[in-house]
Amino acid sequence: MERERQDTPAEAAVRDTIDALYRDESRRVLATLIRLLGDFDRAEEALADAFRAALEQWPRDGVPGNPRAWLVSTGRFKALDALRRQKRVQPLPDDIHERLASDDGDPASFDGEAFGDDRLRLIFTCCHPALAPEAQVALTLREVCGLTTEEIARAFLVPAPTLAQRIVRAKAKIKSAGIPYEVPGRADLPERLEAVLRVVYLVFNEGYSASSGAAVTRHDLSGEAIRLGRLLIELLPEAEAIGLLALMLLHESRRAARSTADGELILLDEQDRSMWSREQIAEGSALAQRALASSGFGPYTVQAAIAAVHANAAVPAATDWARIVALYDILLSAERSPVVELNRAVAVAMCDGPAAGLALIDAIISTGELDHYHLAHAAHADLCRRLGRKAEAKASYERALALAQQEPERRFLKRRLAELKKI
Amino acid sequence: MQYLCLIYQDESIVQNRSKAELDALYAEYRDFTERIKKSGRLVGLNRLQPIRTAATVRVRDGNVVATDGPFAETKEQLGGYYLIEARDLNEAIQTAAGCPSARFGSVEVRPIWEMQPAVDSALHQTTTR
Repeated sequence: MERERQDTPAEAAVRDTIDALYRDESRRVLATLIRLLGDFDRAEEALADAFRAALEQWPRDGVPGNPRAWLVSTGRFKALDALRRQKRVQPLPDDIHERLASDDGDPASFDGEAFGDDRLRLIFTCCHPALAPEAQVALTLREVCGLTTEEIARAFLVPAPTLAQRIVRAKAKIKSAGIPYEVPGRADLPERLEAVLRVVYLVFNEGYSASSGAAVTRHDLSGEAIRLGRLLIELLPEAEAIGLLALMLLHESRRAARSTADGELILLDEQDRSMWSREQIAEGSALAQRALASSGFGPYTVQAAIAAVHANAAVPAATDWARIVALYDILLSAERSPVVELNRAVAVAMCDGPAAGLALIDAIISTGELDHYHLAHAAHADLCRRLGRKAEAKASYERALALAQQEPERRFLKRRLAELKKI
Repeated sequence: MQYLCLIYQDESIVQNRSKAELDALYAEYRDFTERIKKSGRLVGLNRLQPIRTAATVRVRDGNVVATDGPFAETKEQLGGYYLIEARDLNEAIQTAAGCPSARFGSVEVRPIWEMQPAVDSALHQTTTR
């Protein structure tokens, strides 16, 4: 927007304050406005109006003592104003009168405990199981994290209108299906929290290992997921939420070491461990400990504990593989999964030798469940290679290559195949 | 980001309305315009004359050819536009949904191509050379 005259330094400072507030607080204000106004679109409109009013009034009147409460209160009045105007043209839904009738104008009543609850309400509503998974992700990133439609579309490599439509539909569904704006009760909490964690982890993985295409990492999304994870444990310190944050931090700690400058994949045991982030490892390990010690931990926590074992080994040979096998056993006791069995087999190979691991992998592959999973064939190939069974190794690498989608993984498999020919 | 909201509607529907109906529609438009102006989103707007006043120009092999009206027969015609400032596409869609014609016609929301300074100057050079 063009400005007609130059700001004074004091006015410029107020504008900076407002910019910072928008970045840090606008999502909180939005979460409360949705509760007060009972409608996403109306609340977004009110949020924009409140910030507009701040830009007009604060340079003149000064920044109020409690800016967040001022913004909520102003947004609510603006919405009321807009509704009165609208009423002259179109009839309004009945419930809105009730909602706005309780008119306690004290801004202080819009602050405090309820704010944290509102952010949780927003998260649980955006991740409601009645919404399609990709809609949950889009809505969470836009409403909770404050990303723009265009930013989300770029990160997920979809056209902006497609993503915009997803958000429009999701909001329409929240309204028409009457999805409540609330934190689920104790009884539903574990299941609903699982849905929220799934969304957070999906966002993280999308950033950490793009499912297709040339880029191994899309850093911004992983950073967003970690921020979300932090917000979640601040609001709801459940064991699995803590476990998930630990897991994400421990993966993230290896980011700088997991690919070469030109995007080639580097496996865990070949990574330069001095490039791992000690800070993230320390935080992630401590969180994994804390989650393991609390009741109700689950798969995210166990995976974090496994990642912590790797992260705390100074060299690959120092890895406590027996502990890793034991942790995989805990995972499998909760739920049998061929992918987890495969990972356990690889750990067994490291612990008891490639022959022991290969016997397990052969058994897993013979069930046919992982026939289309490239990593099963890659692991098989790797153990055959270590045992000197070249022909079998070659066949499995080729099978893995035929199934692998991501460019750096494909190049890695091709390198391995080329090395086999040299020996 | 700026978005151009192009309003398409069947001109005959508007032309066949009674005076009272038209007054109500204009009142709604004034209200909508006032609302987005107040919210700081309005950059510009214009209502267009009906398509019978339009001409379409083409230059082929150096010859200027002008014809009456828009180039294609469509049920809905471009009737006007709002140029708005919005945080993202969804905010622009939400704003456009408030346009009275969205209820009986349609509003196309198009992001404005934001020119990089380098592109701008390159374009400038090609047009002034």
